[in-house]
Amino acid sequence: MNIYEAEASNKRWTVAIMAAFLAFFLFLGLGFDVFVMGMRIPGLDTEGVGLSLYRSSNPDEASSYPIPYGTIVSLMIAGGLLLNSIYNGAAMALASCGARKADPSNPAEKQLLDVVDEMAIAAGLPAPQAYVIPDDDPNAFATGFGPRNAYIAATRGLLAQLNREELQGVIAHEMSHVRNYDVRLMTVIAALLGAISLVSDFTSRSARFGGRVSSGSRSSGRSEGKGGGGLAVIIFIIWIICAILAPFISRILAMAVSRHREYLADASGAELTRNPQALASALEKIRAAVAPTRAISSDGVAHMCIDDPRGTALNERHGFFADLFATHPPMQKRILALKLMAYNKPVNI
Amino acid sequence: MIIAGIIAAVVILAIWVISVYNSLVGLRNQVANGFRQIDVQLKRRYDLIPNLINSVKGEMKFESQTLERVIQARSMAVSANATGNVADMSKKEGELSMALGRLFALSENYPNLKANDSVKSLMEELTSTENKISFARQFYNDIATGYNIKQQVFPNNFIVSMFGSFKTADLFEIPQDAKQEREAPKVDLGV
Repeated sequence: MNIYEAEASNKRWTVAIMAAFLAFFLFLGLGFDVFVMGMRIPGLDTEGVGLSLYRSSNPDEASSYPIPYGTIVSLMIAGGLLLNSIYNGAAMALASCGARKADPSNPAEKQLLDVVDEMAIAAGLPAPQAYVIPDDDPNAFATGFGPRNAYIAATRGLLAQLNREELQGVIAHEMSHVRNYDVRLMTVIAALLGAISLVSDFTSRSARFGGRVSSGSRSSGRSEGKGGGGLAVIIFIIWIICAILAPFISRILAMAVSRHREYLADASGAELTRNPQALASALEKIRAAVAPTRAISSDGVAHMCIDDPRGTALNERHGFFADLFATHPPMQKRILALKLMAYNKPVNI
Repeated sequence: MIIAGIIAAVVILAIWVISVYNSLVGLRNQVANGFRQIDVQLKRRYDLIPNLINSVKGEMKFESQTLERVIQARSMAVSANATGNVADMSKKEGELSMALGRLFALSENYPNLKANDSVKSLMEELTSTENKISFARQFYNDIATGYNIKQQVFPNNFIVSMFGSFKTADLFEIPQDAKQEREAPKVDLGV
């Protein structure tokens, strides 16, 4: 995959994830209307299924709940969250780790500003805004909605521990995330991930609450010999599972997407500086600092960083579990790939 | 039927010529813009050098030869820049980079300079400008190469020769004699 394919694929994925997000909320809202509020859908026998609070005992009263309020509200919320993720996602990511604008009067931060400018020139893009995260563990991430609206944040520890060339390598890596629209996908995922875990929390709570209330009415429904259709039961089960598992699934998605992109960002970052060795030695320094980056505690931002801020050893491992949950490919492999580039050996990963 | 076929062929040919021509125009402007970006950084460097010389000259008075060479290389680069000839520019700019590099290396011997905040920030500024120049050149060379390839491949070369408004873009190169110069720093630059 080269950067043009990566760019196209990132834009596609961003749209796909937004669509999936809307579909998820539509499903949640409809489910709420049908299973909790007792709305009837033609062709689907939902009698006796669900957590109905307001179900009328008279099946002819189909119009008792004519407007799907749940669906409307949930779609409005989803739309709001989407717009928020587009216009406010980067600011949220930066705020969540306490980042502030780099200050040109501080020599180390001036160097960061200069290096960001240099890499913007090398990539032929407008310069992103540079931010500093007050944390002594070396780490960095990029966010924004595209090259014209991009932010690169580096921790104080990164500025202190790396020399100029190594910093250049790291910023070049972040710059390539900006250049191929990784930032757009990542930022949208980060913002939506937060929203989904909130909503899912709410739904699973209300499901538990509703379950207690409606158990009586359900048993009375059965005693009248009106069991629900099999299809409705299945959909109801899927609805509950979706609501509860959503944060889990969306996290796995975020991890998979981000891990995939790191090799490419390493390689095209090296293309910008023409100095893969510098990024390799920067990664070695970052790897040696095993302490977690405390300022970056939000799960939504973890997958955007150059190295996992949680400081777990997970990213060093291989295998199914690591493949599922690690945000980044093993550091060793990344460093090896860069060193091979420095010796001009062809390498296929 | 035959006439319709001929018309279709002509239309397709015209569409192809137009698309190649337009993409060449786009690339030509990108190349020109890339060149201007280098120019911006070069001008910045010309402005910074006198400041640096002024602030280090008191401390480095025993290095007057090196300082002299930087000043001289700068003025030659400025006059080469005015001509806009890429080959001449890259030669003179290369010499200026070399002279500056020597000055930087020598300044390492002066702890007072290293402790001086204004000198330090000037050095950072110049280092960054040097880097920006080389990255701007790298970017320029990349897009200029793309432009040249687009002109030279078959069958685009027919269109290029048809219009004659597209010329091969010159690339920035490290001057051939730069290496000798590094090995023999006593070369006389007083043209």
